[in-house]
Amino acid sequence: MAPEEIADLLKKTFGDKITEANFQTAQPHVVVDANAWPEVARFLRDDSRLRFGALRCISAIDMLEDDQLWAVYDLDSYDGRPGSRENWKRRHAFCVRIKTPRTNSRIPSVADVWQAADWHEREAYDLMGIVFTNHPDSVEGPEGTHPRRILCPDDWEGFPLRKDYAFPMEYHGIPAVTEYGQTRPIH
Amino acid sequence: MPETLLEARPDINADLTADSIRQEDLQTEEMLVNMGPQHPSTHGVLRVVLRTDGEMVLEAVPHIGYLHRCAEKIGENVAPYQYIPYTDRMDYLAGMNDNLAFALACEKLAGLEVTPRATLIRVIFAELNRIASHLVSIGTYGLDIGAFTPFLYCFREREMILDLFESACGARLTYSYITIGGVTHDVPERFIDVTSEFLDYFEPKIEEYNQLLSHNHIFVKRTSNIGVISPEDAISWGLTGPVLRGSGIRWDLRKSQPDLGYDQFEFDVPVGEGIKGQVGDCWDRYYVRVLEMYQSVRILRQALAKLKDTPGETLDKRGKTLKLPAGEIYYELENPRGQLGFLVQGNGGAIPARVKARGPSFCNLSITSHLCTNVLLADVAAIIGSIDVVMGEVDR
Repeated sequence: MAPEEIADLLKKTFGDKITEANFQTAQPHVVVDANAWPEVARFLRDDSRLRFGALRCISAIDMLEDDQLWAVYDLDSYDGRPGSRENWKRRHAFCVRIKTPRTNSRIPSVADVWQAADWHEREAYDLMGIVFTNHPDSVEGPEGTHPRRILCPDDWEGFPLRKDYAFPMEYHGIPAVTEYGQTRPIH
Repeated sequence: MPETLLEARPDINADLTADSIRQEDLQTEEMLVNMGPQHPSTHGVLRVVLRTDGEMVLEAVPHIGYLHRCAEKIGENVAPYQYIPYTDRMDYLAGMNDNLAFALACEKLAGLEVTPRATLIRVIFAELNRIASHLVSIGTYGLDIGAFTPFLYCFREREMILDLFESACGARLTYSYITIGGVTHDVPERFIDVTSEFLDYFEPKIEEYNQLLSHNHIFVKRTSNIGVISPEDAISWGLTGPVLRGSGIRWDLRKSQPDLGYDQFEFDVPVGEGIKGQVGDCWDRYYVRVLEMYQSVRILRQALAKLKDTPGETLDKRGKTLKLPAGEIYYELENPRGQLGFLVQGNGGAIPARVKARGPSFCNLSITSHLCTNVLLADVAAIIGSIDVVMGEVDR
């Protein structure tokens, strides 16, 4: 199915939960309301016309000017039979975006829909600070429950990939050095 | 030695299963064992915390991040052309493929076309690097299980591939040879002949590895029916590459998304067929890599023949001053370890606003705790080795 047809099907099924659709880009996508996301995700995976079995990647993007964080879900649908001599084909690929405010960001976890989401969501929290609710590997923090960090140490402060992130100049007594006395990167 | 002779030997462990050990063993208590981050069979700095009861592993939790170098943050501060050297430090065993994936993502976003000759050279180096990477994977997997010799044989042949790379770009591990707009240099004189000679020498060697390791009785006992991944699990966990194909799924991006002209080459996609045990066990994943080397040799022979009659430039100078238009692209490429994806967000300038790398090892590793439940302690090394992770790519 073409991205336009997939978007039409989603709009027909979920109505105004699909807030935007954009096909004039290198990555055709729809934007889904955060609260409806688990329901939409389950539909994307289970509907016989779509069958998006594979979650390829969750990329978190910081849109500082819009005061938003984006979670970009790239989905893939494989067509084939295990054990068959035929090469599997791509049925279609699609992209879903969820937008959430930079402060108090909340997106429901889809780790129970695609197991792959587990580590991707942990990474998106760790580096970008998107809080995924109902994540299977959650811990309690001062600002509520959030997924466990994955790349940074558990006691790391801040979210390194945010555009306004300030380099820590000290970590457990280890002094930090930045190039050219810069205290934060260009972005 | 014919394979049947090996198979005919009596199996002294035939009735010893994980369940029987647990039931008949003496009463034991649970213990936490810290495996890594400096454990030889964790292929780098992977730490796995195992909850064990005697010889049984009840739970395994991987802890990653020991090699985190903020590669994505660096991507937001340099131009794509300058970011190429950072990409080959992700999967340092397949630097060519990493360069290629990032270069293609940026070229696709900016609409830059590379010449047919550059594309062919890219395919040749990507496939050579696939062989080199699989040789390390096969050799070190033997090492994990306790077979030292095959490792040396594999490295002998890998050395020759590295010499070919050195002749083309001067580097042996982190190449930055494939770059935005093509490849930095044309291949040296006699490269086609030397590579063809190497392929003629190399192809019979694969059978040697099979005799040494693949059909070795001890190796088969250690890897068959261990760590079985069902096709449904493989897709749901987002596994890619030989780990996915080991479960019998004939999915290869070179077939399903033939960007680099892979549709012009004849090759097959090998999958796990459960020859020594169940489909999707450690042996199947290992053997898929062996079979993929044959296919890479096939592709290389065709590509080298094509390169002879494809003259032209190899580098588009516009690559250095590439402006990325506003918008995002997510592009994946079939690497030796699976699908390496790059999400690049442009904002009209030379420096991307966001670079996100999806490492295949990262996704493949996430199934570890699912696989290492209720297995024997010795099987943990066999399972992690069969997933073939490179920590530089997991942690980025």
